[in-house]
Amino acid sequence: MSAKPTPPVIDNPWRQLRRFTDARIALGRAGVSVPTQPHLEFQLAHAQARDAVHLPLDAKGLVRRLTAGGYPSLRLRSSAPDRAHYLQRPDLGRRLDRPSRARLEQAFADDSVTFDLAFVIADGLSALAVHHHAVSFLDAITPMLRQEGWSIAPLVLVEQGRVAIGDEVAVVMRAEMVAVLIGERPGLSSPDSLGVYFTYHPHPGCSDAERNCLSNIRQQGLAYAVAAHKLHYLMSAARRRKLSGVNLKDEAETSAESPVIGTGTGNFLTEG
Amino acid sequence: MPYRHTLANSVYGFESLKQLLAKASPARSGDQLAGIAADSEQERVAAQMALAEVPLKHFLNEALVPYESDEVTRLIIDDHDTRAFQPVSHLSVGDFRNWLLSDQADESALTGLAPGLVPEMVAAVSKLMRIQDLILVARKCRVVTRFRNTIGLEGRLATRLQPNHPTDDPTGIAASILDGLLYGSGDAVIGINPASDSLTAVTTLMKMLDDIINKYQIPTQSCLLAHVTTHLEAIRRGAPVDLVFQSIAGTEQANASFGINLGLLAEAHQAALALGRGTLGDNVMYFETGQGSALSADAHHDLDQQTCEARAYAVARKFRPLLVNTVVGFIGPEYLFDGKQIIRAGLEDHFCGKLLGLPMGCDVCYTNHAEADQNDMDILLTLLGTAGCNFIMGIPGSDDVMLNYQTTSFHDALYLRRVLGLRPAPEFESWLQQMGIFENGELCGSERALPRPFRRALDRLD
Repeated sequence: MSAKPTPPVIDNPWRQLRRFTDARIALGRAGVSVPTQPHLEFQLAHAQARDAVHLPLDAKGLVRRLTAGGYPSLRLRSSAPDRAHYLQRPDLGRRLDRPSRARLEQAFADDSVTFDLAFVIADGLSALAVHHHAVSFLDAITPMLRQEGWSIAPLVLVEQGRVAIGDEVAVVMRAEMVAVLIGERPGLSSPDSLGVYFTYHPHPGCSDAERNCLSNIRQQGLAYAVAAHKLHYLMSAARRRKLSGVNLKDEAETSAESPVIGTGTGNFLTEG
Repeated sequence: MPYRHTLANSVYGFESLKQLLAKASPARSGDQLAGIAADSEQERVAAQMALAEVPLKHFLNEALVPYESDEVTRLIIDDHDTRAFQPVSHLSVGDFRNWLLSDQADESALTGLAPGLVPEMVAAVSKLMRIQDLILVARKCRVVTRFRNTIGLEGRLATRLQPNHPTDDPTGIAASILDGLLYGSGDAVIGINPASDSLTAVTTLMKMLDDIINKYQIPTQSCLLAHVTTHLEAIRRGAPVDLVFQSIAGTEQANASFGINLGLLAEAHQAALALGRGTLGDNVMYFETGQGSALSADAHHDLDQQTCEARAYAVARKFRPLLVNTVVGFIGPEYLFDGKQIIRAGLEDHFCGKLLGLPMGCDVCYTNHAEADQNDMDILLTLLGTAGCNFIMGIPGSDDVMLNYQTTSFHDALYLRRVLGLRPAPEFESWLQQMGIFENGELCGSERALPRPFRRALDRLD
């Protein structure tokens, strides 16, 4: 009798560690390679992320949901005519195309009307994130603001938009601050992560140092209520101090709740 | 027009060396975004033909970013070693390509030449090269560095174990470290990108890595990829800093956007040297670079992104780093659009760095909005292995759950070692054998009980 042949897939006896991280550990191996099952799981995750990048924004459906939720909205486009241009020409995604600019100017021609705040929704790198989370996030933040009597501009929805397009929109609307809800670059385990970029006194040419960002708003990430609470905190502080960005962040972070602590038991490699 | 080339009936003129280099660059989205790329394929080749005629000496006379206003230019010019340059000082860029490919240019000739080359010469010649040229010449270069082990020896390939976690959770990080070590990863460095840049978080992780390295007597070094000023403060507070990390770029202005300058790097370098923590050598710096960083900071001075990148290597060279890592596909499709552009850029960076005498590794990577996938990474990985790359990244299943991008996995390194007969750094390889993780230069053949020290660690969790 010959010895029993080694099975082609060699499992790892440390699979129990997977409960401590989303990292793809203890995959096992076929020879030295990733076995078929985890290989195909990776391929699926990448396919989901790729599809999220290229999924067109369902602007019509979103406008319908916004209207039903009590958010009147205006639908606009950036100067990037399609995804290929959007990905290669960040400058085009940062400004409105000419018809959109004209529509916006026409709608807000009366310069006696000003707003405390404008919300802009842009597809960014994941329309999926906008589809999944934009309305729910608005539902979490808006009641807090309405209660305090903030004047909120009609919502603007921009297709093929980047963060900085909110500056142009806010200037035309005469809004003192702008919060851009935008689909973040999809990760393998997070194809639908929503980001919120907040700017006090937005103006064309604003630098990133003048903005505050809330990231990773999604089911397994930052919860709507927590994100809304943080944004409300930032906006209130910005209104008081008349600034946003790096200088505001310092104060906000020390006052915000402590960061998420993992579920683990510390560094088990050296402790215990 | 100081530079010109005639093709059939068309005369192509180029008004500066800077413009000539940009127009001669193989196509990439970043140069197009900057508005400096060739307008047609023929113009690109005309520029390459004109560039081939430019004497290498000329790069010492026409500064692409003004000497007076840029400390990187001053570093490049002031540190140039005229004697080392002698063997090729009479050559044009085109002749230099021939010389590099010739049998005259062997390992010792290339080692001797490195201090005589400036980044712009190296970038220029790379623009005339095909991928096989970039591989063939880089393979002849050997750059060996040491801290607690020896990296860059012939026939060796090291890996950075990158156990990132979205909330810096120690248990999650320890899980990825254990996974990596048991797959033979971590000889270049165990290096974490911290989610938080606060000093407390960073020093906690420094201590954690130091404890692990000490407890298991691993012949490797640790690094936290935090800002250089954070390292300086950590050192002042007595934290166990092995390698000081910093991202660097090729112009003074781009470095300023990173919050650094040469003086600050020198201060950090001295502080790390003073700790004397390396047992085999005193290469104490870990630098990361990547094409497009100067443009994204609007600090590129109309210079093409690949030449900017090569200039970053002059900054790195000044501080004798243990590791230089070009993070080639991280920046996104505005700068490198697809797999084809990422692959070429990775090989250009490796070639330019090696020729300038740097211990080059590459983060073979892509983001989900680039036109690239695992197949492209396999191609670049295999080509870099062939080119003699010093190290690559190692991460569980290629998926960085903190930075949200894909890089090479522990399995990828094992693949590359197997197909090309490469082995880990010798000291680390001995440790892997002692621990019962490797036998005969490869992972042990079948599933086995865990090495006893690690078994004990896991038992504590049950």
